[in-house]
Amino acid sequence: MNMVMMVARRLLHAFLLILAVLVLNFFLIHAAPGDPADVIAGEMGGATEEMMADIRKTYGLDKPIYVQLGVYLGRALQGDLGQSFFYNAPVLDLVLGRAGATILLVTTALLFAIFVGTSLGVLASHKPKGIVSGLVTLVSVIGYSAPIFWTGLMLVILFAWVYPIFPISNMFDITKDTGFFGYILDVMHHLVLPSLTLGIVYLAQYARLTRASMLEILSSDYIRTARAKGVAETKVYGHHALRNAVLPVVTIAGLQFGSIISGAVLVETVFSWPGLGTLAFDSILARDYPTVLGILFFSSVLVILANLVTDFVYRLVDPRIRTGG
Amino acid sequence: MTASDISDVVQAQSPFREAIRAFRQSWAGMLGLILLIIVVLFTYVGPFLYPVDPFEIVWAPLTAPGQTEVAPLGTDYLGRDMLAGLIHGGSATLFVGLAAGFITVTIGILVGAFAGFYRGAVDEALMRVTEFFQVLPALLFAMVLVTLFTPTIYVVSFAIGIVSWPTTARLTRAEFFRIRSLEYVNAARSVGAKNSRIMWRVILPNALAPLIVSATLTIGIAILFEAGLSFLGLGDPNVFSWGLMIGAGREYILDAWWSVTFPGFMIFLTVLSFSLVGDGLNDAFNPKLRER
Repeated sequence: MNMVMMVARRLLHAFLLILAVLVLNFFLIHAAPGDPADVIAGEMGGATEEMMADIRKTYGLDKPIYVQLGVYLGRALQGDLGQSFFYNAPVLDLVLGRAGATILLVTTALLFAIFVGTSLGVLASHKPKGIVSGLVTLVSVIGYSAPIFWTGLMLVILFAWVYPIFPISNMFDITKDTGFFGYILDVMHHLVLPSLTLGIVYLAQYARLTRASMLEILSSDYIRTARAKGVAETKVYGHHALRNAVLPVVTIAGLQFGSIISGAVLVETVFSWPGLGTLAFDSILARDYPTVLGILFFSSVLVILANLVTDFVYRLVDPRIRTGG
Repeated sequence: MTASDISDVVQAQSPFREAIRAFRQSWAGMLGLILLIIVVLFTYVGPFLYPVDPFEIVWAPLTAPGQTEVAPLGTDYLGRDMLAGLIHGGSATLFVGLAAGFITVTIGILVGAFAGFYRGAVDEALMRVTEFFQVLPALLFAMVLVTLFTPTIYVVSFAIGIVSWPTTARLTRAEFFRIRSLEYVNAARSVGAKNSRIMWRVILPNALAPLIVSATLTIGIAILFEAGLSFLGLGDPNVFSWGLMIGAGREYILDAWWSVTFPGFMIFLTVLSFSLVGDGLNDAFNPKLRER
C-alpha cells in the first residue's frame, strides 16, 4: 500500500472514532435518569421554562430518537458542543480556553518522562545490577502503586513547608508584572511540580522498558559486530542500541496518552492548574453536563490525534514498517 | 547408578506445585503477600479490636497525631478519629477493588476470547469496540458515568470496570490467538469437541497464567481509580472508605498533613501489595523470565 492511501485510511479511521465518541455522548445524555432536556440544561434549577422549551426545540427532543441523534451529530460536527448554563458560554469556547494549559502540562510531563526515563534506562542497562537499576525499580514500584494525587499532595507538603522554592498552585502569579519573558519564566516555575508529579509515574515505566530492551539489544549480533569493528562504546550505546530501544517507548507513550490525560485531571485538581481537569472538576460539582461531556469529547479527540501522531512518528523512526499497512 | 539415584534426579512436580515453589523464591511476591495479609488483617480483624465508629465525632477537629489518647492518629476536619477511619475504611476500598477487578476481567476475557477464537469479522468488530474504549480517557469517562448516575459503591465499581477492560481483552485475545493453533486444540477438535468446549475448557485453562497476573494488577489499578474518584468527591458519600477520607481531607492539606497522608499511605500499601504479588506470580508462571 502506498503512503497516501495509508494516510487516508488512518484519517478516515480517526474520523469514525470521533463520530463514535459523539454517539456515545448522545447516548449518555439519554441514558441518564430523568429528562434529557434537564441533562442538557445541566440540572441547574436556574433554567426557565422558556429555556427548556428552547432546548427541546433546538435538539428536536420531541422527535424520534434517530432524528435527535442526527441533529446532535450535525451540530457537533459544526463545532457546536452545546451551551454551558453554569458558565453562560458555549462549551467549545470553554474547552478551547482551557485546553492549552492541559496540553502544556501533559506534553511537558511526557517529554520529561521520555527523556529522563530512557536516559535512566540506558544507565541502568550499563550495569544491570547496579545502583541505578535498583533506583529505577524502586521509583517504578512507587510510581505504579501510589495514587498520583497523593504523590502530588506529598510534594505540596514538602514544598510548602520544608523547601518553599516552587509554587504549589495555579499557573502564574497575577501579582507579578514582569513582561513577556518574565511571564514565560513564571509559568515554567509553576509548571515544575505538576509536571514532575505527572511525569514520575511514566518516567519509571519508560526507564524499565528501555532497560529491558537495551539489555536484549546489547546482547544481539549486530552490537557484537559493531564492537568487534572497534566502534566506540558511546556510539554503540547512543547510535546503534538506543535507536532500537526507543521504539517500544514511543509506542507505549502514544498508547498512554489517554491515561496521562486522566492523570492530568487529578494533578490539575491538586495544583489548581487552570486546565481541562479543573474545568471538569468544577463543572461536575455544578452538574454542568454539557461542559463535562464536551471535555470528554475533546480529550478523546486529543487521544485520537496523539495516536495518529505516534503512528507516523513510529514509521519515521523505524524504516522497516514504513511500507507496511 | 541405582534406581534410587534416578528417582532423586528426576523428581517430577505438578506445574501448580512448581509455581508455588517459584513464588516462594520470589522476594517481591513474598513481600507482597505478607503486606497483603497485614492489610487484610488490619481491615477485617481491626474493627473488632478497635470498635470506634468512624463517623463519630470524638475530639476537637484537626487535632494532630499524638495529642490525645482518644484519637492517637489525630482527627479530621469534623473531629472524627483518623485511626478508626483507617481501620474501618479499608473494606469498602477492597470491595471496590475486587468488584471492579472482577467486572474488568469478566468483560475482558469474554471480548478477548471471542475475538481471538473466531478471528475474522468477529475479531475485527470486537477490536474496533476495544479500540474505541481505549480512546476515551478512562478517569474522565468514569467521572461522567458516576455523575450521571448516583455515586453508590456499586455504580463506582461498575464504572471502573467498564473503563478498564480493554487491556485484559487484548491480552486474552493474544493468548487465544497463540493457543488456538496448538496441537492439543486440534486434537480436541478432531474428537468432536464443540467450539464452546474448546474455548472455555481447553484454551482458557491454558491461557490462565498471564490472565491471573494481569487480574492481580487490575485490582490494584481499580483501587487507585476508586481513590481518584473519591479524591474528586465522586465516591459513595455514605460508605466510609480511604478514598472518602482523602476527599474530605484535601481542603485541609496545609493545616493537617495527616488527614490525607495516612489514608493515601494505606492505599499505597494495598496497591503495592497487589502489584508485588503480581510480580511474584509472573516469576512463578514464567520460568523463562526468571534469570533476568
